[in-house]
Amino acid sequence: MLRYTIRRLIQLVGVVLVLSLLLFAWLRALPGGPVSALLGERSTPESREALTKQLGLDQPIFVQYFKFLGRALSGDFGVSTGVQPGDAALDIFLQRFPATLELSFLAIVIAIAVGIPLGYMAAKRRGGWFDNISVGGSLLGVAVPVFFLAYVLKDVLSSALGLPTEGRQDAIDATRVTGFFVLDGVITQEWDAALNALEHLILPAIALATIPFAVVFRITRAAVLDVLDEDFVRTAESKGLTAPTIRRRHVLRNAMLPVVTTIGLQTGALLAGAVLTEKVFSFAGVGQALAIGFERRDYPVLLLLIIMATIVYVVVNLLVDLSYALIDPRIRTR
Amino acid sequence: MPLLEVRDLTVVFERKGEKPFTAVDHVSFDVEPGQTVGLVGESGCGKSVTSLAIMGLLPRRGARVSGSVQYEGVNLLSLSDREMRDRRGRDLGMVFQDPLSSLNPVIPIGVQVTEVLERHQGMPRKKAMLEAAELLDKVGIPDPTRRLTEYPHQLSGGMRQRALIAIALACRPRLLIADEPTTALDVTIQAQILALLKELVRDLGTALVMITHDLGVVAGLCDEVNVLYGGRVVEKAHRHDLFAAPRHPYTHGLLASIPRLDAPRGEKLNPIRGSVADNIPWAEGCAFAPRCPNKLDVCVQVTPEQEDIGAGRLLRCHNPVQPPVSEEVSV
Amino acid sequence: MVTPTRKKDRIDKLAEAGSDAGVSLAASAWRTLRRSPVFLTGAVIIGLFVLVSLLSPWLAPHDPSDPMLIDQVIKARNQIPAVQDGHPLGGDLQGRDFFSRLLIGSQQTLIVGVLATLIGLAGGLTLGTLAGALGGWVDSVVMRLVDVMLSLPSLLLAFSISAMFARPNQYTVIVAVAVVQIPVFARLLRGSMLAQRSSDHVLAATALGVKPGAIVFRHMLPNSLGPVIVQSTLVLATAIIDAAALSFLGLGNPDDRIPEWGQMLGDVQNVFDTHPQLAFWPAGCIIVVALGFTLMGETLREALDPKSRR
Repeated sequence: MLRYTIRRLIQLVGVVLVLSLLLFAWLRALPGGPVSALLGERSTPESREALTKQLGLDQPIFVQYFKFLGRALSGDFGVSTGVQPGDAALDIFLQRFPATLELSFLAIVIAIAVGIPLGYMAAKRRGGWFDNISVGGSLLGVAVPVFFLAYVLKDVLSSALGLPTEGRQDAIDATRVTGFFVLDGVITQEWDAALNALEHLILPAIALATIPFAVVFRITRAAVLDVLDEDFVRTAESKGLTAPTIRRRHVLRNAMLPVVTTIGLQTGALLAGAVLTEKVFSFAGVGQALAIGFERRDYPVLLLLIIMATIVYVVVNLLVDLSYALIDPRIRTR
Repeated sequence: MPLLEVRDLTVVFERKGEKPFTAVDHVSFDVEPGQTVGLVGESGCGKSVTSLAIMGLLPRRGARVSGSVQYEGVNLLSLSDREMRDRRGRDLGMVFQDPLSSLNPVIPIGVQVTEVLERHQGMPRKKAMLEAAELLDKVGIPDPTRRLTEYPHQLSGGMRQRALIAIALACRPRLLIADEPTTALDVTIQAQILALLKELVRDLGTALVMITHDLGVVAGLCDEVNVLYGGRVVEKAHRHDLFAAPRHPYTHGLLASIPRLDAPRGEKLNPIRGSVADNIPWAEGCAFAPRCPNKLDVCVQVTPEQEDIGAGRLLRCHNPVQPPVSEEVSV
Repeated sequence: MVTPTRKKDRIDKLAEAGSDAGVSLAASAWRTLRRSPVFLTGAVIIGLFVLVSLLSPWLAPHDPSDPMLIDQVIKARNQIPAVQDGHPLGGDLQGRDFFSRLLIGSQQTLIVGVLATLIGLAGGLTLGTLAGALGGWVDSVVMRLVDVMLSLPSLLLAFSISAMFARPNQYTVIVAVAVVQIPVFARLLRGSMLAQRSSDHVLAATALGVKPGAIVFRHMLPNSLGPVIVQSTLVLATAIIDAAALSFLGLGNPDDRIPEWGQMLGDVQNVFDTHPQLAFWPAGCIIVVALGFTLMGETLREALDPKSRR
């Protein structure tokens, strides 16, 4: 298990190196290069040359890459040019990451809390109206563009439910501890601040949850259908166990194996979805920074955030694989 | 009074858009307390469906069960789902064919044994664990305390089947149904498991319904034998009578198709021709007629009725095999 | 003596035996699909979509780039022209006929979906076939590359690729949406090839000395078609939705003279609350078409999966 973890982490380092090299090369390959990107339309030959020298762009690309790596190791990923001009890219990430984490966490909780029970019920009523409607609904969930749904929630549902549609928290006096606004409110016992932050999370989290929900639902349904056909469920019935025991211990326990993997893979959809959702709700997270970064071509920020997104995605999937061993003894005891 | 009285048990599978399929057709048999009764036949003859119907394990949708299954005077088919759950595992135990797939792969063997004790005898977890260890010991699993914490994939095939037997017998049911319990096992292990079953039912006084396609199993274990064909009992007899003088051509064929080591070299095997038909044509004549060497014209016109031919034997045949004259018939 | 021709005949027979299963599976899948209301719903939706998009130049009453109603927009101070004679859905904020734009938009949407899928498929086919058929170090290198691509969430990768282009246009959108599908197709084909490399009919063909190229193209590829068709159908839906997301982030095609649904939807984000109908029509079209492709893809998958009972 330990060796497996270490091997995966080494692989991750490799992936990050290759990816950073690719991204780095891409930055340099841009039409006009980063100098044009930085100076925009107003560049003069003189100012271009000065900046080229200043950025060390007259050196060979590998030298530049290793210099970049050296700086990156000391935490210097360059300075934002578009998202928060003048701020260090790393600061932007650190400051915004808790927001996205909070949002994604709530979204995945919603997806699991709704998707798994619904998937189980649909499987138990296979072919019935409940099954057909929920399967249809989950297919629809995948077909709706996330940002469109976010706008519909924002414009239609928010007034009906009286929920806020912009930002992470109203301008109230709240103490900052961890950067997770809801958690901060709980720690400092500023309950109104926690509640306010939570209210700001609800609509974007629902929008963000649709795709993982649809996938969790369908995988749960398929897995439960498979497990219900298994011999050991019949054995459990032959023991006269109560229906809740069979459901919990024999059916769901086994059906969870593929679902857990799926949840790991859905982190990817969450990260991409966060870019769209956070933009709609002006939610100051990593996703919004990426959205602005793409729009304004803020390459230092994009480079760092994309690498970070990759690391998060790979690490989450590693954690999922490890937790897999916890539920499946066939892997643990091998 | 018999422990189990199965009367006219009929199971019809109905699927939307398909013709209803009668898997079990008016099957009747008795099981006395402590007796071992065999249900024998090829796959598809309805023997497994019979056992699932007795246990109340057929899907509620799609399977129509009629007739009666009296267990100690109570018709199991008329019980509610909850009443039946109370009886399964407590009054009736069941052992299935494939021991690997019949055990839950992700929870320890111990829990799979104790959960049935906790459910029916209200035992606290600790006491149930001790009892479970004793049970595993009784079914011949060495080092039972350690095995309790292990998972099914860590046990050998024979050990798994022993564990399943321990689970089925945990609450000392008066009736055990074993559905092809040795088919998925190696030949050497098969003999061990059969010996174990035989010993356990004798010691505990449990009645056993043994479902098998293997006449060797019947020979070693059963008191009474019911031979099923196409969802109906075609011959019923005591084990000795059946082996000494099979009367139904199908039974005769089953016995003749067993390869014998002491047969002269070059002698051909005698398989039964053809295979079990998908839909059961008992409506017009005898279902076995298309494969029967003794077929007469009447066999394809008139459905044979079940007749009592004495010595506790029942037979459903127009033109039975004549018993060998030179040999003693009943033992 | 066994002449080469006779040997070939024998192999062909063997291969036929192997793909016989494939043919009967396809036949039985078709029988299932023909009676499946879900599949037929999807097929009707997609059939209509393709028909409309092919005929749209003749169906559209007006030029989609002609600001013929601009006077009304100006007079009403940035209100969209109402529904009126000859303009069944009114106009947009540039005074162009909205109904014509939706019709013509279907054509561009189809082009984006189909081209993106074809490019993704071609790339994946090349990589996956190389990896799966040759194995060894080729397999390792290709699969490492695929893994790096897969370790970035796909939509995020599409965003990043789009941002590479200083001036996005119709084709950069297609490329961005297509490239992220390459690793998926590559994995799929490699998996299928690997499974077949150890299957009986391929082993038999190898044992009889058939050239590797012939084995790959005549025996292995045709048998991988099922999963590829299913995936392609699903990618058609994803591509259209992803293209909309690109436009929404300002990474889409800025030239809106020839409209595309994703672009129409992504471009109206700033007026969503004041003119929701400008978003609802293209969004509705995207949802219906994506649903159509998904319904077809999912039912195809079920029908082609021999294990599937659902």
